[in-house]
Formats: sequence, structure tokens, C-alpha cells
Amino acid sequence: MPNALVIAETSESGDVKKATHSAITFAKQAAPALGGSFSILVLGAHASKAAAALTGFGAAKVFACEDPTLEKYTAEHFSRTVAEIGKGFSLLVATATSQGKDLMPRVAARLDAAYAGDCSAVLVEGNKVLYKRPMYAGNAFGTTELLTAIHVATARQSEFDPAAPSGGTSPIESVAKVAPGAAAARVSVVSLEAVTSERPELTEARVVVSGGRALKEKFFEVLEPLSTALGAAIGASRAAVDAGYAPGDYQVGQTGKIVAPELYLAIGISGAIQHIAGMKSSKVIVAINKDGEAPIFQIADYGLVADLFQAVPALVAELAKRGRSSA
Amino acid sequence: MKILVAIKRVADPDNANKIKIAPAGNAVDTTGLEWKVNPFDEYALEAALRLTENGKSPKQRIGEVIAVTLGPKECEQTLRAALATGADRAIRIDTTDDALDGRLVALALQALVLSEKPDVVLLGKQAVDGDSNQVGQRLAELLDWPMATFAATIREEQGALLVGREVDGGVLTLKVGLPALVTVDLRVVAPTSVYSLHTDPAHKYAEGVRFAPLPAIMAAKKKPLDVKPLADVVPGAALTSRVSKFERPAARSAGVRVKDVAELVDKLMNTAKVL
Repeated sequence: MPNALVIAETSESGDVKKATHSAITFAKQAAPALGGSFSILVLGAHASKAAAALTGFGAAKVFACEDPTLEKYTAEHFSRTVAEIGKGFSLLVATATSQGKDLMPRVAARLDAAYAGDCSAVLVEGNKVLYKRPMYAGNAFGTTELLTAIHVATARQSEFDPAAPSGGTSPIESVAKVAPGAAAARVSVVSLEAVTSERPELTEARVVVSGGRALKEKFFEVLEPLSTALGAAIGASRAAVDAGYAPGDYQVGQTGKIVAPELYLAIGISGAIQHIAGMKSSKVIVAINKDGEAPIFQIADYGLVADLFQAVPALVAELAKRGRSSA
Repeated sequence: MKILVAIKRVADPDNANKIKIAPAGNAVDTTGLEWKVNPFDEYALEAALRLTENGKSPKQRIGEVIAVTLGPKECEQTLRAALATGADRAIRIDTTDDALDGRLVALALQALVLSEKPDVVLLGKQAVDGDSNQVGQRLAELLDWPMATFAATIREEQGALLVGREVDGGVLTLKVGLPALVTVDLRVVAPTSVYSLHTDPAHKYAEGVRFAPLPAIMAAKKKPLDVKPLADVVPGAALTSRVSKFERPAARSAGVRVKDVAELVDKLMNTAKVL
């Protein structure tokens, strides 16, 4: 069965995560080189519910592995089942979320397969599939060829539009969980300290307001009113995270979150290549920085050279004045 | 606790303008680039040192830290730096950079783990040259060990590690029983991120990684450094992935400068139409 298999991602209660739809797009793009079709595998305590939500995307089959031990994701419980179903396919793909990046290399090792992570494009050349990946902190893209019979990949979510339902009803096939290895008995999920926020999720927000080290201890004091006014998510440069002004999961960049919102505001960010690699697919980029020579201005659609401690509150006031504030 | 730390030297990618692609487009020309330790691996080493000491007397190891790298002789500089910082001994698997891919690195490390039998393997979450983010996960599967990737915090418990992982939307805490594998993220070198059982929970480390004083750099020259040929560690090693073409990212052109916030809002509303 030389086809592609999408590994879906769900919440604990069996809701399909939006990220899954990007991996479906990836599989559809690779399918012409791979026998033309793709299937989907869902694992979880409520996998049947999730599988039912995935029957309208044109998959040849939706596999559902429902098991109470799969309620909370751990690679140790998931990898052998994914490998077992996956060995009948020639490409296994998930979206490069923290779960996808955790799980898929483990699956690749199980299958002794080569892995291409965080792909920004999948290229079909005849019956060959090639993977374009950002490397060197975003300074270069490498087209990677995998030489094993089975390929394992993850798709950079911002580069693959979510697949829309295409009609039809894919058959659902229940599959049993494969007994995990000794590792599974030595891992347990203790807690998830979710960032409780009224703001949208960083990778899915329409508007992102990101701050750099220049904000210092006033990071949130300055950015929160603006993010509230714009209904935006808040991001940060690596320098701001390193300095402790913003939490680690706020980091936008090659080694952090990859975002592609409609509007990205870089506040006091100089524009290291590492950061740019994580946000350059944004539709419109605004930079506010007091250093007019900062590299961020080379990629910004609109640049404002100003002291951010004055410009940001002024921007919040201006938005309110024009009736463009959701605060 | 015995810890094996995998370390890679990378061409410093922060020096963006120096990354050149060879005319044939099939290689990145690293001439003129400075080598440095992959920052995430440097953080993994720092975490290993914190896990094998009482934070109040960091010169004294409680347990053992072994630094490992794969590459040509020049990489021994990277290992000597790790030894100077506090690692007890080092192993270099002799090979060339172009003879390696993530799968082979994981297989080589698996062989070392089976002979060294560490309690913990620590690695950076990814190397900032290939940005593959796969070796740790692959190694954990090959060993059938539990793993905690993208660690922001590590706390030693009796026979286990409590690891706070950076995940989408927050921090997920996993408990992994030893032996276990951990890959580290940026925040693991914050002052209160890593604690061994010997360190007072109220202790605060200095931010970042520690630096080796001169006497330690001298002493490191005498610490053991073993060399093993890759062919002995992974017989029949063959690449299963290769990069056939390198390209520079498409340039995004600079736009316009606005004079004040009023003009900015005006452009966003009326020209870009995103507000």
C-alpha cells in the first residue's frame, strides 16, 4: 500500500485539533507520487468520535485506535501503534506541533525510517517525494531526499493551509493498540499548566503582537493593552525569553513557535534571522523600533522609528480613537 | 547519577550573512564561519552538571558526566571545553560531518549507552545547523526508554526525574523513571530550573551556563578522552537521508516608513486593510 498516512492530533476528549488539517494538506500534495490516496490514523480515549469528524476529507480509510491508556498523549504509549499501522504505508506525516515533533522521530526509529522534520514544502518529482526544510536557523532551505522505503515527516503548520472537507464518507476501521515497550511503564503525565489567557493561541491568532528585549520588565505592561485592543496573541523574541521578560512558550522563531498571522507587530525586536524565520510568512509586518538601522525594517511592510514606550500607548489610543479597538 | 551528554559543534548561524551556498547548490559552504557549541547542547551540559552536584559546591561532582560528540578531530576542542566546564570524561566517535544523519547519530549513541549504562541521557532539543530535532526521540525509542523532550525544568526525585516540558499552550510536567532521556529547551538554564536531590530547593543558580576558569581549562587537558571509529560503533553505517539542494530563503522586501502612529493606523486600515 504505497500511500500516505496522516497521524491526527486530538484533545483528550476527542476533538480533532486544527493542526491535523495541515497534515492532511501535506498528504494530499504528496499523494500523486504515492499511489494517489491517503488514510488517517487517530489515537485516543475517544478516537471513534474524532474519526467520525475526519471522514469527510477524502481519506481512503480512517483508522481509529481507541484505548483508555491513550487519553493523555505520551510518545511511549503511541509510537508502537503508529509504527504498526504505519508500516503498511510509504509516508507517515503529522503536523509539527509539540506533539508531532515529539512522536514522529520516535515512530521513525521504530520503523528504521528516515525523518524530515518541520517541512515547509513537499515536492513531487515523478514517483519521488522530496522535502523542503528550513535549516541553519532559517538561513537556508534544504531539499531533503529520504532513502528508506518508509518516510516519516512533520509539516510546518503555517506553510500548509488547513484542508477543507471535500465530501464523501471515508470508512472507519477500528484498530487495537499495540502493547507498548518497557518505557511506557516509566512515564506518567503529572500536570499541564496551561497558559490561561483570554488571548487567542499564538500559532492560530489573526494578529500577533511580539516584543523584544527592549521592553525589559515592562514587557506585559506595554504589550497587553495593545494585544487587547487588537484581539491579538502575544509573542516574544528569543532575547526577551532568554532575559526572562517573557515565558518560553511565547518565543517566536526557528527554534520556537512558527507563526503566519494576517498582521504581525514586532515591538522593539531587532530582527535576528532566527526570529525572522518564525514570522516572515505573516501577511503584513509592522516594526516599531527606535533603531532605524535594525534589520527588522528590511522585511517590515510598515516601519515606525520611535521610542516604543511612547509609540505603543499612542498606538493603543489611536486605535480607540478610530473605533478599531476591541478593548 | 551517571549522565551522558551529547554535544555537537555547529557553524554559528547567528552570523547570518556568512552562510554561503556552494555554487552547485548542493552544500552549505562553511568556510569563514565560526564554530561554536550548539546552544541547546551547551544547555544540556549545564543541566547535567546541575543534576550531578550540590548547587552550593559546583566543583564537586556527585556522580559522573560523560560528554560525547561525533565528528573529526577538531571536535575534540568542543569536548575539552565540556571537560573544562565540569564533565569527567569524553568520547569522540570519529567520522566526518558529511557521513552522518540523525538516524546514524542515534544508532551510534545507542551503542554508547548500552556500554556506558548511564542513568540519564541529556541532549539539546535540536542542533541549530540541521534543525532536525530527531536524535533524542530516536535514541529513546531505540533504547525503549521514557523521554521528556523540550525540557524547561528538571527536578531529580528518588529514581526519577520530574520534567516540565515546553508544549503548545503551556508547560506539561512528566515524571520519567530512570533510566530516561531528556532533551532541553532554552529556559532550562534559568536560575531555578534544575535541581538534583543534593541541592537545596531554595538555591538559585546564576542565569545561563557556567564558564570554565583557567585552571580548569588546563586540568581538562589531562581528563580522559576516548576515540572510537564510527565503523566500530555502527557497523555498516550508511546514510539514509541527504540534502540534494540548498537555497536561500526568498527575500521579503522592505516596505515603507511611516512618520507616526496615526499614519500607521491609516495604512493598516486603508492600504493593507488588516484592521
